[in-house]
Amino acid sequence: MRKVEALYRRMVTIRLFEDAVQRLFMQGEIQGTTHLYQGQEAIAVGVCAVLQEGDVIAATYRGHGACLAMGTDPTALMAELLGRETGVCGGRAGTMNVIDLAHGVLGCFGIVGGSIACATGAALASRVTGDGSVAVAFFGDGAANQAYFHECLNFASVMSLPAVYVCENNLYGEWTRMETVTAGGEIAGRAAAYALPGLQVDGNDLLAVLDAATAAVERARRGEGPTLLEARTYRHKGHSRLDTGERYRPSEEVEQWLAQDPLPRAAALLPDETVERIHLEIEAETSRVVETAQAAPWPDSERERQASPTKEPA
Amino acid sequence: MTELSYREAVTAALAAELERDPAVIVLGEDVALGGVWVTTPGLAERFAGRIVDTPISELAFTGAAFGAAVQGLRPVVEIMFGDFLWLVTDTLVNQASKYWYLSNGQASVPLTIRTAVGAGGRFGACHSQTPTGAVLGEPGLKLVAPATPGDAYALTRAAIQDDNPVVVFEHKLLYGRTGEVDETAPVERIGRAAVLRQGDEVTLVAALAAVEKALEAAEILEEDGISAGVIDLRSLRPIDAGTIAESTARTGRLVVVEDAPPLGGYAAEVVAVAAEAGPVRATRVTTPDLPIPASMRLEDAVLTNVEEIVRAACALLETEVGIN
Repeated sequence: MRKVEALYRRMVTIRLFEDAVQRLFMQGEIQGTTHLYQGQEAIAVGVCAVLQEGDVIAATYRGHGACLAMGTDPTALMAELLGRETGVCGGRAGTMNVIDLAHGVLGCFGIVGGSIACATGAALASRVTGDGSVAVAFFGDGAANQAYFHECLNFASVMSLPAVYVCENNLYGEWTRMETVTAGGEIAGRAAAYALPGLQVDGNDLLAVLDAATAAVERARRGEGPTLLEARTYRHKGHSRLDTGERYRPSEEVEQWLAQDPLPRAAALLPDETVERIHLEIEAETSRVVETAQAAPWPDSERERQASPTKEPA
Repeated sequence: MTELSYREAVTAALAAELERDPAVIVLGEDVALGGVWVTTPGLAERFAGRIVDTPISELAFTGAAFGAAVQGLRPVVEIMFGDFLWLVTDTLVNQASKYWYLSNGQASVPLTIRTAVGAGGRFGACHSQTPTGAVLGEPGLKLVAPATPGDAYALTRAAIQDDNPVVVFEHKLLYGRTGEVDETAPVERIGRAAVLRQGDEVTLVAALAAVEKALEAAEILEEDGISAGVIDLRSLRPIDAGTIAESTARTGRLVVVEDAPPLGGYAAEVVAVAAEAGPVRATRVTTPDLPIPASMRLEDAVLTNVEEIVRAACALLETEVGIN
């Protein structure tokens, strides 16, 4: 119960963080783009909950949830999105490319499929050094049609790497319905072609995600090789920026999935007063996060022009 | 000093680094069997588990090498032909090269990519390119181009010890060349050109197999009383602007030789660097703006040659020399 409470708290943290991100984007304080994670919280939180110290993840441009699930400081993440000096990457990375190695986030990758190779490489490093760590790649349904997916699943399988491939299938690649561009209409079955286990899981069910992730991570840690998990889910918001999804998603479908919101489903496992307390606490915390990040200093423009793109000996 | 071939020098450098640092691993197609360029023979036997034969899947093994480098390994990837670099552009340009900067210094990517480039082997358009220009403009990346066995050794070791992604362009026509290799010299930092010949009237700059042609052209020029200096770039990024400027300040004339099409290559950059440093008359000797054709006659016709270099230098000097 205490574990579920902690995980639920993380889910709420992500939900309210993303709500704040959307507000700040609408106000023009966050510029460029956003790819919001509301609706998919159970996946990042469920998978990252089974990881240990030393395990790592690579995530996507819809990666705020994965970072927060790994323990990235919400204020530092918000400051990054606002382009501030105190951002996780000093404002250099922005929303789509966050890197937070202190919390096991190898990176969020702005190009579809990039996370898959990065996590595969971390799993290779684990194999070579024998450190026992596991690497997780998060990616969307769109990435399952990229070369990265096919090449890396083959590579990881023949090398029996300790990797877990988590496809967050939110049914739409940008504005296009997944089934119309994905042969077979599902992802998990593709694992068979690469001789590794492939499993479909209800991505809006925290406990189901926890179970599936536990089995996959344990299998990887035992040296038995990679697993592909396809977590079916739905984004509550559009693909990015101002997109609401209304143009391409039928309202009945949206309503159906909103009724499967992972937050109330996880909240049902907890006493009402606990849920209420968590919401109040996280609301206050999120306000502090936003205020602190907004008050943070801008990076030094003059210094940046003199910066080195390479690491050189002191 | 040891007398080694260019390919043996690559092998010796890899062995030295594998010996020095357990974080070094070698990945590529057929590398455990010695590699198609015979640059990795015997390494799999000496360094068990660290010489990894991969599927023909450049994006996967280069992308994985990037991820492994982030986690502290120092992978050396062999991309069989430089032409295959296009397959790994996303991981090289969007991931590896930007990582140190985007992460705000959290980690760098000590990844070495070795790749065989260059025309003259009758391999046709997609196995003969020298795609140095394609990555010349990428911040975070270093590019080295050994022209001799000594530099094949020195620059390969320098690349592996560098904390950043480095592409080592090996010229496939040079693999059989022999020369002296100093295996005891301290490992250098990437970024130095070599002045192979001092000259007062014209500066010839080249890299890879074009260096031999530039040296030969300088000898012909000398026979006709023209003093030509020759610079081997060795590092294409960073480019050694100081050494170039020092020479052109003296000669006021510059010929850059590059066996690649003229747009956006190192020749263009060297001309720009020299022009920014002071007044100079400059010209380039490059291939035409064409892919590399397969026919031996046609391939030879598009590659740069000694005569063209001599003529280019003479044109700058507004004189003529007799060639043969």
